[in-house]
Amino acid sequence: MERLIITRRDAFIAGSLAVAGAAVITCRPAAASTPGQMETAIRSLIGEAEVRKGKVTLDLPPLVENGNTVPITVSVDSPMTGTNYVKAIHVFNEKNPQPNVISAQLGPRAGKAVVTTRVRLAGTQKLTAIAEMSDGSFWSDTQEVIVTLAACLEDLI
Amino acid sequence: MAARALINLPKTAKRGSVIEIKTLISHVMETGYRHSTEGQAIPRDIITSFTAKYEGEEIFSTTFYPAIAANPFVTFHTVAEKSGTLTFTWEGDNGFSVTEEAKIVVA
Repeated sequence: MERLIITRRDAFIAGSLAVAGAAVITCRPAAASTPGQMETAIRSLIGEAEVRKGKVTLDLPPLVENGNTVPITVSVDSPMTGTNYVKAIHVFNEKNPQPNVISAQLGPRAGKAVVTTRVRLAGTQKLTAIAEMSDGSFWSDTQEVIVTLAACLEDLI
Repeated sequence: MAARALINLPKTAKRGSVIEIKTLISHVMETGYRHSTEGQAIPRDIITSFTAKYEGEEIFSTTFYPAIAANPFVTFHTVAEKSGTLTFTWEGDNGFSVTEEAKIVVA
């Protein structure tokens, strides 16, 4: 007959595991999207269209110290004429609480398909920029960015 | 809440040239994902849309999400077609609405 004997050492190990587990849960951000959610957000905006790599350049610093304000520039290679222009530019991220970053609507009057803004990034992740052309095609670019101080979480630490 | 908006574009431009427009508006862009020190969720308060019109015709617009940094800054371009007024409108949560105008002379 086997008897269940809990030694002090076992109790100590079990206890420290429980503490470690609890700590991991409380340190996690309240809500964070995942690469899968980013894909869902992309699909809900652009539908089932095929997205090809190219034409779009997503420019942002590879290493960011402060995730609260990160400059990003999206430029699209397009003549921007009345018949061939960029309709929209969308930017998505992997790890912020919400996968959408910005959606910009352009037209032939924009002259040049270059948009700059400043964004928040909650940690090291990938950003994807997608451009919708007037002919209905979609082009994209993805960049990885390392963030030392993440945005959104400063009051949870 | 009064918000200060800054718009930077050339005063004069050659007809048909592409001009750069920079816009900045003061706004906290509270994400709605943060909590106060008492653990209460801070409600979302962001600018949700920005529209630029050139003599009444829409030339550029954006939808903002909470991932846009505080004091939203946007740079975009347009073709200087004629002299006139550009109108910039920001709208957001809690009835936020600011409209600014800028004039351009096209020769």
